Amino acid sequence: MNTRESKINFAVQGKYSRKDTGWRLFFKTIIARAYPRLIGQQREVSWLVFDVVMPMLAVIAYVLVYRALEAPEEYIGFVVMGGAMTAFWMNILWSMSSQLYWEKEQGNLALYIMAPNSMMAILLGMALGGMLATAMRAIAVTLLGSFMFGVTYTVSSYLQLFLVFMLAMIALYGMGMMMASAFLLFGREAWHMANLAQEPIFLASGFYFPIKSLPFWVAAGASIIPLTLGMDAMRQLIFASGFQFGFMTVRTEILILAVMSVAFVVTAKLLLAYVEKIAVREGRITESRR
Amino acid sequence: MAAWLGWVIESNWTDPFLFAVYSIVKPISGAAILVVMYGIVTQGNFDSALFPYIYLGNAFYIYVGAVMTGVSWAVVDDREHYKTLKYMYIAPIYIPLYLLGRGVARFITGSIAVFITLAAGILFLNVKINFAEVDWLLFFVTLILGVVMLALLGLLLAGITLTVARHEGFIGEATAGALYIFSGAVFPLDVLPEWIRPVGYFMPTTYWLELLRRSLVGNVAQAFPTLANFSNLEILGILLGLSLFFGAVSIWVFKVCDARARELGLIDRTTNY
Repeated sequence: MNTRESKINFAVQGKYSRKDTGWRLFFKTIIARAYPRLIGQQREVSWLVFDVVMPMLAVIAYVLVYRALEAPEEYIGFVVMGGAMTAFWMNILWSMSSQLYWEKEQGNLALYIMAPNSMMAILLGMALGGMLATAMRAIAVTLLGSFMFGVTYTVSSYLQLFLVFMLAMIALYGMGMMMASAFLLFGREAWHMANLAQEPIFLASGFYFPIKSLPFWVAAGASIIPLTLGMDAMRQLIFASGFQFGFMTVRTEILILAVMSVAFVVTAKLLLAYVEKIAVREGRITESRR
Repeated sequence: MAAWLGWVIESNWTDPFLFAVYSIVKPISGAAILVVMYGIVTQGNFDSALFPYIYLGNAFYIYVGAVMTGVSWAVVDDREHYKTLKYMYIAPIYIPLYLLGRGVARFITGSIAVFITLAAGILFLNVKINFAEVDWLLFFVTLILGVVMLALLGLLLAGITLTVARHEGFIGEATAGALYIFSGAVFPLDVLPEWIRPVGYFMPTTYWLELLRRSLVGNVAQAFPTLANFSNLEILGILLGLSLFFGAVSIWVFKVCDARARELGLIDRTTNY
């Protein structure tokens, strides 16, 4: 073995023989799980086309319905924003909630549970990677929709807008982490559950119209989905006449989103602990029955 | 047998009640989005001719997604999921007929969804259909012709699906989504930019939906200028002509794709994509 090879071997051994534990392992797991979503997913550029085209088809159809009805121009903006936000909801359904189920089907879930890292870190990594990757798709839909239909924005407070968006994302992905464990327990019905939670949520959460238009208790019930309040607040903050369509004040919505963020992430941790417990004790969660 | 297989695959994951709820909730929610949008803008004026236009177009469009995607999805299901497509190919059956049969299950669930959506519209949403004035002959002739046309379009997509490795699941959805816009399912074609309207005029689904509306609500459906100058018989003739054209193209495309898939060994290829 020459000197160069021995140097490389020494470097490789050094790198992989060091055992990370505690917070270092936790953060490395997050980054490792986020990596395929953020970097790996971008390598398949054709996905980007479908991820943008599919929501755009819905956006175009709903915008044209509003045009046929001669609706005020704000509604066109509402549809474009709603269409962009569908990317996040679809990501929650198919790449967060259903993910542990897919992992089980592919045989990875048992490895996740056996590995010395935290499952919570894996879910956080999935959420972080999914959130950032989806944000690119949402931006693409927003830009394309705004360009096609001439939507204009008037931001009344950038700080509040940033706060609302971040809190909505934390609460939403917290919900996704929570649902990942729940869907795993549903077993093979997970696919159908995710499929079922599309149109009804688009309706109840007001993706294409202001949520204020629905009866109060329906809107209040739908507010359990963080995007409902998130979109309502954002519409108030980015459209000149948006405040007229607000379900609650922006401050109230920020407060509720903050509470939801904490509640969903904590519940996700508890549910995950339960799943891990029965996976280890009974061995039935990780077993693929395909 | 293929139809029965399709039905069992579609519904075996749950009990009949939950399956019925599942089959109904999605289309009703889709229709409700449009109803709420309409209600907000018109402040609850459901007497306008545009309302039945939107509602009926959306209700019958369920068939487009169900039948067309149902046929093409059978390829994905059998090849990737159940890995049985190769066995179907070596069995003494006629593959196009088998695929069409698999679409029948989606036609049945689609029919339930269409019926429920229409019933909800008539009972709760002021969609005015006078059953004594419905042109039943025109309705059933159009419906049957349209479903056959959609099944053949599904065969075209199934052929393409056979030859692609990626995004095969999206092909049906993307086509159905595009047809939703170009067929004027939920808005008159005049709303589309002028340069893109000819695409809509070339789609058989445009005439299919128009005839279904006319057969159910008569003159109300003719209130829009798009096809106002055409009589029912003329539209039926156009629909028949375009159905024959697209049917022939679909069969040809399927044959070409099928031969290519056999040649390249794609019938039993699983990508796990």
